[in-house]
Amino acid sequence: MATRSRDMRTGPLLAPAVGLLLFWMIVPLALTLWFSFQRYNLQNPLVTGFAGITNYKLLLSNARLWVSILNTLVLVGSVLVITVISGVFFAVIFDQDFWGRNVARLLVTAPFFIMPTVSALIWKNLLMHPVNGFFSYVSRWLGLPVVDWFVQVPMFSIIMIVSWQWVPFATLILVTAMQSLDREQLEAARMDGAKGFSMFWNITLPHLQRSISVVVMIECIFLLSVFAEILVTTSGGPGLATTNLSYFIYMRALLQWDVGGASAAGVIAIVLANIVAAFLIRTFAKNLERE
Amino acid sequence: MTMRRSRTSLIAGIIGWVSAIAMFFPIFWMVVTSFKSEIDAVVPSILFKPTLQGYVEVNSRADYVSFALNSVVESIGSTLLALAIGLPAAYACAFYPGKRTKDLLLWMLSTKMMPAVGVLVPIYLLFRDAGLLDTRLGIVFLFTLSNLPIVIWMLYSFFKDVPTPILEAGRMDGARFWTQMRYILIPISMPGIASTALLSIILCWNEAFWSLNLTASRAGPLSAFIASFSSPEGLFWAKLSAASTLAVAPILVMGWVTQRQLVRGLTFGAVK
Amino acid sequence: MGKLKTSLLSLSAVIFGAHLAQAETLTIATVNNDDMIVMQKLSGEWEKSSGNKLNWVVLEENVLRQRVTTDIATKGGQFDIVTIGALETPIWGKSGWLTQLDDLGDDYDYADLFPSVRSGLSADGKLFAVPFYAESSFTMYNTELFEKAGLTMPEEPTWSQIAGFAEKLTDKSKEQYGICLRGKPGWGENMALITLMANVWGGTWFDMKWQPQLMSEPWKKAVNFYVDTMNKYGPPGATANGFNENQALFAAGHCGIWVDATSAAGRLYNKDTSKVVDKVGYAKGPGEVTSVGNGWFWAWALAIPVTTTKAEAAKSFVKWATSKDYVTLVAKTNGVVTSPPGTRKSTYTEAYLKDAPFAAMTQKAIESADPSKPTRDPVPYTGISYVIIPEYQGIGTTTGQAIAGALAGQTSVDEALQSAQDNAVEAMTQAGYIQ
Repeated sequence: MATRSRDMRTGPLLAPAVGLLLFWMIVPLALTLWFSFQRYNLQNPLVTGFAGITNYKLLLSNARLWVSILNTLVLVGSVLVITVISGVFFAVIFDQDFWGRNVARLLVTAPFFIMPTVSALIWKNLLMHPVNGFFSYVSRWLGLPVVDWFVQVPMFSIIMIVSWQWVPFATLILVTAMQSLDREQLEAARMDGAKGFSMFWNITLPHLQRSISVVVMIECIFLLSVFAEILVTTSGGPGLATTNLSYFIYMRALLQWDVGGASAAGVIAIVLANIVAAFLIRTFAKNLERE
Repeated sequence: MTMRRSRTSLIAGIIGWVSAIAMFFPIFWMVVTSFKSEIDAVVPSILFKPTLQGYVEVNSRADYVSFALNSVVESIGSTLLALAIGLPAAYACAFYPGKRTKDLLLWMLSTKMMPAVGVLVPIYLLFRDAGLLDTRLGIVFLFTLSNLPIVIWMLYSFFKDVPTPILEAGRMDGARFWTQMRYILIPISMPGIASTALLSIILCWNEAFWSLNLTASRAGPLSAFIASFSSPEGLFWAKLSAASTLAVAPILVMGWVTQRQLVRGLTFGAVK
Repeated sequence: MGKLKTSLLSLSAVIFGAHLAQAETLTIATVNNDDMIVMQKLSGEWEKSSGNKLNWVVLEENVLRQRVTTDIATKGGQFDIVTIGALETPIWGKSGWLTQLDDLGDDYDYADLFPSVRSGLSADGKLFAVPFYAESSFTMYNTELFEKAGLTMPEEPTWSQIAGFAEKLTDKSKEQYGICLRGKPGWGENMALITLMANVWGGTWFDMKWQPQLMSEPWKKAVNFYVDTMNKYGPPGATANGFNENQALFAAGHCGIWVDATSAAGRLYNKDTSKVVDKVGYAKGPGEVTSVGNGWFWAWALAIPVTTTKAEAAKSFVKWATSKDYVTLVAKTNGVVTSPPGTRKSTYTEAYLKDAPFAAMTQKAIESADPSKPTRDPVPYTGISYVIIPEYQGIGTTTGQAIAGALAGQTSVDEALQSAQDNAVEAMTQAGYIQ
């Protein structure tokens, strides 16, 4: 049997996918690397030639780069914590039987289907606007001071919007995972006099561990490149308060038209992504192994 | 015992519904605002005279149907293409794992971490030379590439759940790859394939960077449609809400209708 | 019904892969402001008379700029007509990316265009874009609030005087703010105004050797004045306020003084959206140490990329949309006050000057805005509220972000200017201006 398995030629099956992804990965990467050593400004055809490591040197000595890397990590970290905690919370809640549970679950997961641009526009204008927004209306009605969200707490506002979009994803996965929880085990634990919280801590949470790893990994991929939400709401400001690495590259590439510098920043972003990926794999990949 | 149960379920019900309303509120508010006049839209009240003014204005300025059609064609097209490429790859990884299979899978996933803004210019040049700018084919191709890693990953985790003896039996009978695929594997893992397809469609539908930057007037999907209604001069909240409602309605309805299928597949192999 | 029919047609085109035969189908990219939306609505007339068809790509200003620049600079050839501003036109014209537009025919009446507008859209004496509307900047004030406080606005105010008035006009308990100024970061948003302020304090963006001057005394004084005045007499959340937001505030009667675009005046005059229709006074842009460079020049213009294969049809459209006849058509359909301002002398008819009290002041401001002499001291660049070099968009926006950070209280003005200066030096070094 085993020999027959090896006889099976997997080459032709893998080739299209691997080939395309290699192309997708290598061609832009090669071009990006190439451009990162060039003097290339899209708006200025007179700026040309080999730049050596100038683009990198200028970039690494630029304080804005480090601030944006820090902001990226803060954003990804906070959203991960918020979505995982809320996801687990909702998974437990929606595991209980209550009136209209399925409809309520549909409502909770709805934000996952909304385009990032649309959700950012809605939050910015209809909800968080300091004069006419719904939140300011509510605070005036309660006699509280009006919060000017994107000026006073810009990063918090972005985290809130992004979390709103990703909590449903965590909820969807963890609700699914809850369904395979061994009920008899729970019942037995209850018989032994286990209280709600200790049951949650000792039985439910370990059961969800693997799904939580999946949530963290998939979300990481998307959160590292959050962009539309920032572009629409704060444009990276005020100052640098909400400039993440994607937005920093955007400023270089599409406001300064400095393709050389943007490419160098892109290379740095890829390095960062791989560091995060390596970290994730070390931490979570074990959880993902079957058996 | 029953007393206690019903009390827990009452508390869970209250918390569940409060969170449901809180999470859904922004969407509800968007839909409500879309039926207001521009003057009413800037006043946060639910007592107003409903009007279709916003929708009429949006439709007079942009051809919603053609944008929506592009969204449908591009997201379904690229999902089918991604499945066609992804199924064989996931099959190979799941049933004929080699030493490097795990690395290969993780490498595929890491291609998704490349920041899109950084490679816009290279991609634009490639698309220009291939004649793919502002074509549906170009967008389908790009969506396929950017979702392929997730598609392969999900399918892989599904195939891992297929009991090997069934396949072995098929193989003993001398069934070739396609026969195995068609009669054994695809029927068994249909729920997984369905939810993979659904997730891919959702991700394509909501993609906003490439679909805006690589299209002009012919291939733009709904995410490009939105771009013409964000922050113009004067009052625009009702128009913005109407355009947004139109853009998200199809995918939201699809998501709700198919949620059962979607949820079954979203385990990424994490649930036994 | 027509919509449905077109969609059915496009559906059948999809199914059968057929392309409908048309005389010529042009793709036009434009910005989603009021005047352009009017143009889109009226363009049916041109389609009817010429037999050609237009496909519109209507985008928000920043997205439009990014989309169009990517396409034109890489010669992608996606657009037959593009809407561009006064900053890009000379740069792109010089790079050879735009079709020359000096040959639209005698009936176009080039002599009727304001000379400053025409020269602003030219490079090396050749016209590369035709103006759709043009604007300068000036001081607008709420005459009712001024009367109540017993104040008089001079014809040519200084910023110090303006701050004095703003102090007396501010009553935050009544949501009444002495002054509203742009705070939203961006080279075309807060930096347009702040550059004017630096100009009149005697500052410049660069010296004759292209060294950035952001740490010079005039810049420090101007920016400190700006931050200080806005914190004391400005509205809350000022770093989110751009042109649109300030217009809404002023139109609702919340602002005493607003220094901004002349094109705002026509919008304040619209009874449907403004509560201050007959309460707006106008004065020149404020000066301080000098008055050189106290009013900007800006235009939205239509241009034709060299990559188009349909130049003839495209020329016919840009000629129509910027002609005298078009101005008359708008006046006829939407009222004379909504005529696209600032491009043609013939627009300023007696009827228009009479119906639009701001028209005379607008005309004066546009005629006197001279991008070739932007500052008191000699500089190597042109452009008043910006610098016409390809690198400026990036430098300006980064500086704008830093100053918005100072306005929000996150950094001091000196820190903000220092970080902006460092960034500007880096960009100018990279581009090879500084050896």
